[in-house]
Amino acid sequence: MILRAQGLGRKYGRRRALADCTLDIPAGHVTGLVGPNGAGKSTLLNLAAGMLTPTEGIIEVCGGRPGSGTEQLAKVGFVAQETPTYAGLTVAEHLHLGAQLNPGWDNALAYERITRLGLDPAQKAGKLSGGQRAQLALTIGIAKRPRLLLLDEPVAALDPLARREFMQDLMESVAEHGLSVVLSSHLVADLERVCDHLIVLMDSRVRISGEFDELLATHFRLTGPRRDVDTLPRNQQVLSVSHTDRQTTLLVHTSEPILDPAWSVSPVTIEDLVLAYMSRPQTRPALEVLR
Amino acid sequence: MIEFHLNGRSGLSPYQQLVQQVRHALRLGLLREGDQLPKVKDVVAQLAINPNTVLKAYRELEHDGLVAARPGVGTFVTATLNDGSNAALGALRHDLVRWLSRARKAGLDEESIEALFTTTFRSAAQEDIA
Repeated sequence: MILRAQGLGRKYGRRRALADCTLDIPAGHVTGLVGPNGAGKSTLLNLAAGMLTPTEGIIEVCGGRPGSGTEQLAKVGFVAQETPTYAGLTVAEHLHLGAQLNPGWDNALAYERITRLGLDPAQKAGKLSGGQRAQLALTIGIAKRPRLLLLDEPVAALDPLARREFMQDLMESVAEHGLSVVLSSHLVADLERVCDHLIVLMDSRVRISGEFDELLATHFRLTGPRRDVDTLPRNQQVLSVSHTDRQTTLLVHTSEPILDPAWSVSPVTIEDLVLAYMSRPQTRPALEVLR
Repeated sequence: MIEFHLNGRSGLSPYQQLVQQVRHALRLGLLREGDQLPKVKDVVAQLAINPNTVLKAYRELEHDGLVAARPGVGTFVTATLNDGSNAALGALRHDLVRWLSRARKAGLDEESIEALFTTTFRSAAQEDIA
């Protein structure tokens, strides 16, 4: 496991930013972290990076405790929201700083990347475009050669072309260096391509977590003649319901085959799942099963 | 060498689309025995998709006996789906061409021809199963 959390929580005064978070993320995955603003995505990433300490529960990243020392820091790369860089420092100075601060720094990789991206080493970071700044931050994150790279909304401020280039570069590094990635994003369509593991956070809690393939194989859209949801088999957990006067459409989670011939069963997409879990009313706390 | 592309509205998952595109290229003769499939790293960089998606597609093609992975070198085509040697093919195509011109004469446009073919194909396939 690249990341394990058990009963993890973080409070700010009396406000809970993250509560009762239990997760297992296996190595070698690109995990998409989704949820509305304020759901706790940044808090979870900051806890994993060691920028925050938990107020309850435990978190283990790459086999160690986040923020426990230089050895741990070398294993984890973190690109915070809005891809921060030092405006007054040049691109070359950023890379020099990276080399000084990271024992496993891959200088050849860093320079190969900025050359390919057409970044001028003498340029001040403050003068770079949003896309270039994001690419610089990603370069530093990758050249550090971490085992896990954490990215907080890395593409939120980028135009579609810069977003695409960023994702292409990120995926290439995943293929080449076998690093694991956890990234948060609002752009479900992007996540659908790049991720193979999903975490949905809502109101400081994990609503669902799992591998894409497994999620897609256990969620279905059922359409059929109108019928009361209470008459469904117990092993079918209903995520969303809509009725017309004659028809009922459901999104269900089940690990059993759907046998009732009255339903026509169709597969769902990751976007369907994310939306269903994000809009699901709070009054039905039945998701524990899925962890 | 072929180049992959992804269609967000196809309803197929990215991995299924990759498998389908290789099979399609094999059928059309765009890929032949011995040809190399694009390297995982290149597909990933080109399409901005997860490497596991490409690996999964290549594994399925390998399982189907269409390609073989040579560790450290790449993935190569080992079989063909373009069975040009089949003697019946020419005759079938000839029949189809005649059928198409009859359909056009009967006033069917492209869309109706496709729809007719697809529905007939499906119902015939269903009868086979039943």
